[in-house]
Amino acid sequence: MTALLELEDVEARYGPVHALHGVSLAVEEGSIVAVLGPNGAGKTTTLRAVSGTVRRSGRIAFAGRALERRGPAAVARLGVAHVPEGRGTFAELTVWENLRLGAYTRRGSLQPELERVFSYFPWLSDRRRQEAGTLSGGEQQMLALARAFVLRPRLLLLDEPSLGLAPVLVAELFRIVRELNEREGLTVLVVEQNAHLALQAASAGYVLEAGRVALTGTSEELRADDSVRRSYLGY
Amino acid sequence: MATAETSRLEGLRSRGAALGGFGPAAISVLLVAAAAALLVGSLRSSTFAQLTVQGLALGSVYGSLALALVLVYRASHIVNFAQGELAMATTYVAYQLIQWGLSYWEAFFATLGIAFVLGTVLEVGLIRPVLHRSAIAAVIVTVGLFILIDGVVTWIWGGDFKFMPSPFGTTIYHVGGVSIARLYFGILVVVLISVLLVWALFRFTKLGLGMRAAALRPAEAALVGIRVDRMLAIGWGLAAVLGAVAGLMAEPSQYVLEPTLMQPILVYAFAAAVLGGLESPAGAVVGGLALGVSLNLIVQYVPAITSELQLPFAFAVLLAVLLIKPSGLFGRRTVRRV
Repeated sequence: MTALLELEDVEARYGPVHALHGVSLAVEEGSIVAVLGPNGAGKTTTLRAVSGTVRRSGRIAFAGRALERRGPAAVARLGVAHVPEGRGTFAELTVWENLRLGAYTRRGSLQPELERVFSYFPWLSDRRRQEAGTLSGGEQQMLALARAFVLRPRLLLLDEPSLGLAPVLVAELFRIVRELNEREGLTVLVVEQNAHLALQAASAGYVLEAGRVALTGTSEELRADDSVRRSYLGY
Repeated sequence: MATAETSRLEGLRSRGAALGGFGPAAISVLLVAAAAALLVGSLRSSTFAQLTVQGLALGSVYGSLALALVLVYRASHIVNFAQGELAMATTYVAYQLIQWGLSYWEAFFATLGIAFVLGTVLEVGLIRPVLHRSAIAAVIVTVGLFILIDGVVTWIWGGDFKFMPSPFGTTIYHVGGVSIARLYFGILVVVLISVLLVWALFRFTKLGLGMRAAALRPAEAALVGIRVDRMLAIGWGLAAVLGAVAGLMAEPSQYVLEPTLMQPILVYAFAAAVLGGLESPAGAVVGGLALGVSLNLIVQYVPAITSELQLPFAFAVLLAVLLIKPSGLFGRRTVRRV
């Protein structure tokens, strides 16, 4: 298998503050890869470096193309969907408009796309005219995921999907992500505080600490690692 | 956690609206009442009817320039002080095209195209490079543009009066004892059609949706592949087109073209935009119409307010709105998440 996404020695900074000090990682096509680590380790920044929403240097290759000089719109047009932390929805617009925006770069009829999305998120169909801001937090997170999926991305960047959601919703969300991965072959790079859930869904993981990769391995290896167990799994 | 916070904010918002005393329902009642009053007045007095139609026509001009201000504000979060002068300059362009032999309406549509290009070029060339650094600097650039455009127009065409052919002729309609110039109906129709077309563009097209998304949440818009910079430039272009419509329709109502054509109208447009809520396109148009009609009626029926006091009156409206209800009649209660 070849890597769909490859980061080599990627650095990123917010003004004078360095957030990433040379991160290297690879995501194979069709896999789910988790990024773990404490607050401020650079997990979110890693995703932002890929999607072009932070100033970065180093080498980022996606499906054989260099990303490091492309802006966010150009990266999205290559087939990378980034669901940012919190809610990545347009609260002022309707559910339907949000989905329409997800497919902004696509031409032609959206009907098949929408039907596919509604098969994963059936409740969205009844809410198309509702303003996204009036949905609950969990529903907005689902909408963000659905919107990312209408883009028909090759790679989904998912940032802290569990943030602020009830456990039952988090489980539901991860179930859908896994389903999208298994049925549609969607490749996912997910940042998650809840290491337990993330490692359950993912086949491999990276542990970031202070802007560097501290540890990497398959999910089983990471689950078995003492330091990961103590720091992130809590047993 | 985030959810609880959000719903608390929603609660605060709706309570805030209730405390303000003007919910959306109250505003609709107010508007319907105002429309009914105008209708009744017009049926009882022919002077009142004339003033109302004339006020609506002038108000539509204020409204379309106000809408231009709103479009720019929504796209770039700054106020474009040069919007009126830009409209004046494009009116001179139309004048020149007519001098060169185009018919009025050929010149009209050609001017709209030129205005669009001018608006986008201004955003890309002058505003965007500065806006990255500071909003206030960009506002100062628009003030500079105001002076620059004024100077350039006076340099090219001179400061004396120019005359353009009347687009609507000099016909006067007599309806049940009321005489109303065709001019005012023409202005009203042209402006309202332009506004409706812009509204439809935003509401029903993919481009419009992309522009709304880019203005509302630029970061998220980029993540779905929207070229945000391009959308903002198009927004400025459309604003310039609406401004050009305002200028072209202001000229026949003043009967002459001079470099100060749009200066009082810019003040009325500001008042209208603030009255409607600076973020609300519908508010800008309704605000413009309301201001146009009330100014016209007040000058006639309130002896203390003479026509010299029209501008100060518009300022008073602006101040009152800012003090009592800063979000305007149609303004969304903006609560920004930090």
